[in-house]
Amino acid sequence: MKILVALKQVPDTETKVKVAPDGKSLDPTDVKWITGPYDEYALEEAIRIKEAGGAEVVALTVGDDRAKEVLRNALALGADSAVLLKGQPSDDPLAVAKMVASFLEGKGFDLVLLGNKGIGGDNAAVGPMLAEILGWGHANVVVKLEVKDGAFLADRETEGGLERVAGPLPAVVTAQKGLNEPRYASLKGIMAAKKKTIEELDGAGAPAVLSNAALALPPARPDGRKIEGDPATQARALLQLLKDEAKVF
Amino acid sequence: MYPILTDDQLAIQQAARDFAMAEIEPGATARDQAHEFPGGIIRQLGEMGFMGMMVPEAYGGAGLDTISYALALEQIAYADASVAVSMSVNNSVACAPILAFGTEAQKQKYLVPLASGKEIGGFMLTEPDAGSDAAAIKTRATPVEGGWVLNGSKAWITNGGVGKYFVTMAVTDPAQGKRGISSFVLDAAQPGFRAGKPEDKMGLRSSNTVMVSLEDAFVPQDALLGRPGEGLKVAFGGLDGGRIGIAAQALGIGQRALDESVKYAKTRKTFGRIIGEHQAIQTYLAEMEARVQAARLLTFKAAAMKDAGRTCTVEAATAKLFATEMGSWICDRAVQVFGGYGYSREYVVERLYRDVRVTTIYEGTSEIQRMVIARELMK
Repeated sequence: MKILVALKQVPDTETKVKVAPDGKSLDPTDVKWITGPYDEYALEEAIRIKEAGGAEVVALTVGDDRAKEVLRNALALGADSAVLLKGQPSDDPLAVAKMVASFLEGKGFDLVLLGNKGIGGDNAAVGPMLAEILGWGHANVVVKLEVKDGAFLADRETEGGLERVAGPLPAVVTAQKGLNEPRYASLKGIMAAKKKTIEELDGAGAPAVLSNAALALPPARPDGRKIEGDPATQARALLQLLKDEAKVF
Repeated sequence: MYPILTDDQLAIQQAARDFAMAEIEPGATARDQAHEFPGGIIRQLGEMGFMGMMVPEAYGGAGLDTISYALALEQIAYADASVAVSMSVNNSVACAPILAFGTEAQKQKYLVPLASGKEIGGFMLTEPDAGSDAAAIKTRATPVEGGWVLNGSKAWITNGGVGKYFVTMAVTDPAQGKRGISSFVLDAAQPGFRAGKPEDKMGLRSSNTVMVSLEDAFVPQDALLGRPGEGLKVAFGGLDGGRIGIAAQALGIGQRALDESVKYAKTRKTFGRIIGEHQAIQTYLAEMEARVQAARLLTFKAAAMKDAGRTCTVEAATAKLFATEMGSWICDRAVQVFGGYGYSREYVVERLYRDVRVTTIYEGTSEIQRMVIARELMK
C-alpha cells in the first residue's frame, strides 16, 4: 500500500491578513505559515492506515523552500519520505492538480489523501481535479475511511446526513474535520525527521490558466453607537433602532 | 543567545511551545481553581517524549540533552507551572537516578514505563521532620523474606497520589547514621502505600502533592537502587539536574509574568497615556527583562556544563538560586504593574505570583543553595 498525502502550506488562521501593494496578493510579512488544517486530517489518516496495516506514506507539497517546513512536520509525524515539487504555489488549482498528477504517474500509488480544501483560497478543487486527470475514483469531504483489499469505503458529509461511497483503489480521498484527531509530533519523530532528506523535483510545466485579479478585505466594521439617557429612554431608543434600522421587528 | 542553540534544540523548544500554548495554557486557570490534576496532559506529554527527555531511546526516552530539557520545561512552565513540576519531578528525580544507578533489569522494569510516559514517577526523601537535613530521615527499611518493608512518613510528595514508581530513601542501618540510608524503587500499587489528601497549597494548585504514609510497604530485593548505605548518594546524584529543572521552571514563570506585564502596559491607560509610557513602569519592565536574560544565561550555562560532563554544582545552585529569586521578584512586580487587577483571580499574574513562590523552597531552598555555593567557594 502506497499513500501520497498532498499538503498545502497556508497562513495561520490567526494571521491578520493584509493585502500586498499589488492589490491582488497576500502581503507575506508577519504571516505565520502552517500546514492546512484539513491536510492535517489527511496526513493523520495516512499514518493511522500505516500503523494499522502497514503502508508507505509519502508527503508532497508544491512550493518554494519555505514550504519545506510543512514536509519536515509531516516527516516528524510519521511520513516515510517527502517530496517538494518546486514551483510557485499557484492560484490556479488546475495547475497544481496537473503537477501532482504528473508526479504520480507510473509510481504505483494506491491512494492519494488531501484536505478537502486549503484554507484561504477555499477552492476545494485540487482533490476532485486530480482524480479526474488521473481517471481515478474519488470521495471528498470524508469523515470516515476504511481501506482494504484494494477498495475503499468512505463516509461523506452531505447536507443533513452521511453518504457512504465505495470504490476501487487507486482513489483520491479528501479529508474533512472529524475524520480523526491529529496527533502532535513526538520528540523522537522531530529528531528523526531532521535526519531525513526532502526530495526536490522541478514542478514546472503546468502553466496557470487562472490568476488572481484582485484581493480585497471585507469592509471595516462601522464604529458602535452609544445610547445615552436613563434606562427607560435607552430601552425606547434601542427598540426604535431595532425596528427602524435593523428591521428585526 | 548563549549558548547558541542548535537547530535540534530550537525544534524541541518550538514543539514544546506549540503544545504548551495550544493544549496546556487554555485550561490552566480553570485547573488551578478546581485543583484538577492535568492527567490527560501529562499522558500526552509522555507520548510525545517529554517525560523522559534525557533518557536514551533504548529505555523509552527521547535521548536529548539537558539544554533541550531546560528549553522545553521553560515553555511548559510558561503555560502552566503545575504541569511543569510534574514533568520536572518525573524527569529529574525519578528517571535520572534510575538511569544513573539502576541495574539493566531495573531500567527495563521501572525506567522504560516512566520515560515513555506509561507511568508517572516521583521521589520520596523529605519527611515531616527532615527536609533540607536529609540525613535526619526516620523512615525505616526492615529486612524481610525476599526484600524489605518500609515504615514511616514522607512529606510534600509531588505526584504522590497519581504516580506508580517512587525513588525512596529509608534507613537500613540506624547505627551507621547517614551511611545507613539506602535507596529503593517503591511500587505505589500496594496497600502499604497510603497517599494522603492533596495538600492545600498556595500555588501549583493543580499539581498533586501529598503526604505518603508507608505501613509495611514492601520492596523486593531487586528494587534496591545503588548499594546499601549509599542512599544519599543516589538522592544527591540528581540534585544538579533537578536544580537546573527548577531554574528553568522559574524562568518560564518569570518570562510569562514579564510578557503579561508588557502586554498590559501597552493597553492600560492612566493620566491619559498607556502606563508603559510612565517611567516608573518602564524601570520595572526593564529590570524584569534584565533579570530574565541573566537567569536564562545561568540556566543554560549550568545545562551546557552538565551536557559536557563537567561538574556543575556551583553553576546549578547559582542558576536555581538566581532564577527562582528573580522569578519571585518579577511576579511581584508584575502584580504591581497590574495594580488592583493583579490581585484578582481574573488575571493570570495572580496565579503566577502564587505559583512561583515555591520555587525558592523546593529542590533545595535558596538558603541551601547559598550554603552549597559558599561551601564550594571555601574549599
